[in-house]
Amino acid sequence: MRFIYWRLSVFAAAALVPMYWLYQAWIFALGPDPGKVLVDRLGLGTLTLLLITLAMTPLQRTTRWPGWIAVRRQLGLWCFAYVSLHMLGYGFFILGFDWAQLGEELVKRPYIIVGALGFLGLMALAVTSNRYSQRRLGRRWKKLHRLSYLILGLGLLHMLWIVRADLKEWAIYAAIGVLLLTLRIPAIARRIQRGQTGRSTIVTKV
Amino acid sequence: MLIKIPSTSDCKESDVTPESLYLSRRALLGSSLAGLAVSAMPRWAQAEEASRYADVEAGAAPDWFKGKLPATKWQAVTVKDETITPFKDATHYNNFYEFGTDKGDPAQNAGSLKTEPWSVVIDGEVGKPGRYALEDFMKPYQLEERIYRLRCVEAWSMVIPWLGFPISELLKQVEPTANAKYIRFETLQDPKTMPGQRSGFALIDWPYVEGLRLDEAMNPLAILAVGMYGRELPNQNGAPLRLVVPWKYGFKSVKSIVRISLTSDQPKTTWQSIAANEYGFYANVNPTVDHPRWTQAHERRLPSGLFSPNIRQTEMFNGYGEQVASLYTGLDLRKNY
Repeated sequence: MRFIYWRLSVFAAAALVPMYWLYQAWIFALGPDPGKVLVDRLGLGTLTLLLITLAMTPLQRTTRWPGWIAVRRQLGLWCFAYVSLHMLGYGFFILGFDWAQLGEELVKRPYIIVGALGFLGLMALAVTSNRYSQRRLGRRWKKLHRLSYLILGLGLLHMLWIVRADLKEWAIYAAIGVLLLTLRIPAIARRIQRGQTGRSTIVTKV
Repeated sequence: MLIKIPSTSDCKESDVTPESLYLSRRALLGSSLAGLAVSAMPRWAQAEEASRYADVEAGAAPDWFKGKLPATKWQAVTVKDETITPFKDATHYNNFYEFGTDKGDPAQNAGSLKTEPWSVVIDGEVGKPGRYALEDFMKPYQLEERIYRLRCVEAWSMVIPWLGFPISELLKQVEPTANAKYIRFETLQDPKTMPGQRSGFALIDWPYVEGLRLDEAMNPLAILAVGMYGRELPNQNGAPLRLVVPWKYGFKSVKSIVRISLTSDQPKTTWQSIAANEYGFYANVNPTVDHPRWTQAHERRLPSGLFSPNIRQTEMFNGYGEQVASLYTGLDLRKNY
């Protein structure tokens, strides 16, 4: 397998972060409401991983290094792992596994509905992330996986509705998200690649 | 004044505290008995008095506070069968957006707040307006310890022993006019020492403003606090002077007060101005009226464990209905949330 060490380091980094959080909670370093902190961090982690995943294609296009694409699927699956833990934590720490309450929250709260839709979207992408699905779905696979753009929008909206008084942190995530989506507008995506080839010809001349 | 906590706020079997916490409660009871003994000792001996509560960080109390402490009425109001939240949690898990929006930000950043000298402006519909140095402002009042439940609108709660005095006594001093219908409180605005006020992305229009109806402020449970856990208020908890209204969500209990105004019109309060559909003027703790984004029927009593989240039912008026429900007879609490 190509890039084996690169792939393993990405794997280790993504796995170690939540384990470190759990350790912090274990030693009471997360304060008196560790469950809430874990849920919040896993939510932000999901959004961060989604942004990182979406950055892989533009990075590959600009740097021409295929290693970015080699870890893209893995990062997407980590994103789903984080969101699953986020949901599990929400059920356990916030709802206390009160299923009737969950039903009520799902009906009544827009940010929960938006979050749940984002989760279902990520699940659909995770389930179809294997080669078998890629073959099965053919051209439709690419179309389906463009769903990640919509999921990013849902995630940002979910976060925006939770932010209560200061938009700074949200604005940073949103700005990066907008940038990554802008890079996918065909005209701009072409320009990046052309600029890249232009520069590389200069390099060969020198 | 002795206020008996009514049986309606008594806890159920399911609320029984874990043994380790229970033991710390006994330590507290023991130390409060010791406190009684100590209060009979001469003043020089008091410096030796160990803290009434476990693991309380010593502060640097101003002289006026040290002078008042010996005459404090300890445990003037208590909560029955509830564990007092550890000092560390009550001082490191705060909402005080002037110092940042994360729960740990206030403890980290509030060191920059300068609480001495401090002055309080009294104005509006009062017979005796003026600007008072805090030590003069505090002169007429005897401190009382009030152990109250604190229920945050974000669905977590704590139990905190405050030191303060009833607002009704302040109102006696300032002589409200016949036009006074509301009391308005304003927090310090000082971007130099309050990093949250420097944020260009803040939705809050500083300074932070809160208010009460005058009859709510007259209720014996409503206090202005200057201390907690037997010491002066830590900066992150709203030093040197804050409001505590235990039957309302925590955001009503405005911190670091610099101005108290009596008004004829209902004050425009901060959270109501930002999102009136989420935060009403009354903000009474009410398990039957949801926050639009989450239920208010339950709360997480902190500290809430990693493996056993401490989730409990929220009580109407935070369990203080017997003392305050009569303030709202005839008022539709679903509309006036």
